[in-house]
Amino acid sequence: MAQKTIAGVNLEISEDGYLADSSLWTEEIAKEIAKEENIELTEKHFEVIKFIRENAESGLTIRKVGKSGIVDIKGFYDLFPGGPLKISTKIAGVNKPSSCV
Amino acid sequence: MTDKKDTQVKKVAIICAKAALEDVYAALVMANGAVMEGMEAKVFFTFFGLDAITKKQMNKLHTSTVGNPGMRMPGGLPFPTLLGAIPGVEAGVSSMMKNTMEKLDIPPVDEFLDMITAGGGEIYACKLAVDMFKLRKEDLSDHVIDIITIGDFYAMAGGDGSQVIFT
Repeated sequence: MAQKTIAGVNLEISEDGYLADSSLWTEEIAKEIAKEENIELTEKHFEVIKFIRENAESGLTIRKVGKSGIVDIKGFYDLFPGGPLKISTKIAGVNKPSSCV
Repeated sequence: MTDKKDTQVKKVAIICAKAALEDVYAALVMANGAVMEGMEAKVFFTFFGLDAITKKQMNKLHTSTVGNPGMRMPGGLPFPTLLGAIPGVEAGVSSMMKNTMEKLDIPPVDEFLDMITAGGGEIYACKLAVDMFKLRKEDLSDHVIDIITIGDFYAMAGGDGSQVIFT
């Protein structure tokens, strides 16, 4: 665990960049993390992020996001290129997903 | 001292030659896992592996209950091969396995191919095997980009950080 200041908040961050305490997350923090991933967050991104934050506890998979009614899987890849589940959960401030699908 | 090289896997070329549920899913999970991690993935289906991309067969794959030493009864006792040979047992076991997978959010084959191709993964069929089984392009799933030779596949499989995997 390392300390890092994101959007003016001092946060504990795991080795691969995930927030240790999901409750400290704000939209401002999301925007900062997204910038590091070269993503400019749109309203659509935030809809997906909201879904991810609400469903993080139950175990997320790409398939579940694809069935959320917010984006299909192709759209999910387009919003978060280069590893949609990995990157979107990082931006959403939840735990790194442990799913293989 | 030589410089430390970046040895990260960036691309996988997966060859699936068998039709058993577990062999096909091994290939699909690896391909999907690769695109999920932002890697390039190409899958080449050959010989009996073609079942996984043949419209008629793709969602009816079985796991073998005969001569499969990894097979266990619910509870962990060994599964007698003779029991596995009784008609209907293999279908029953395969359907149980599919139910268990569904609970883990592992999709049926056609949906899995949807997921892989949505992430940019590419699916190919082996020309030799397609000819051998007398299949036509229209017998194959729409996920299949092309029917190609193994030579063509190798030609696409190279590059920095690329790996060829056989299941």
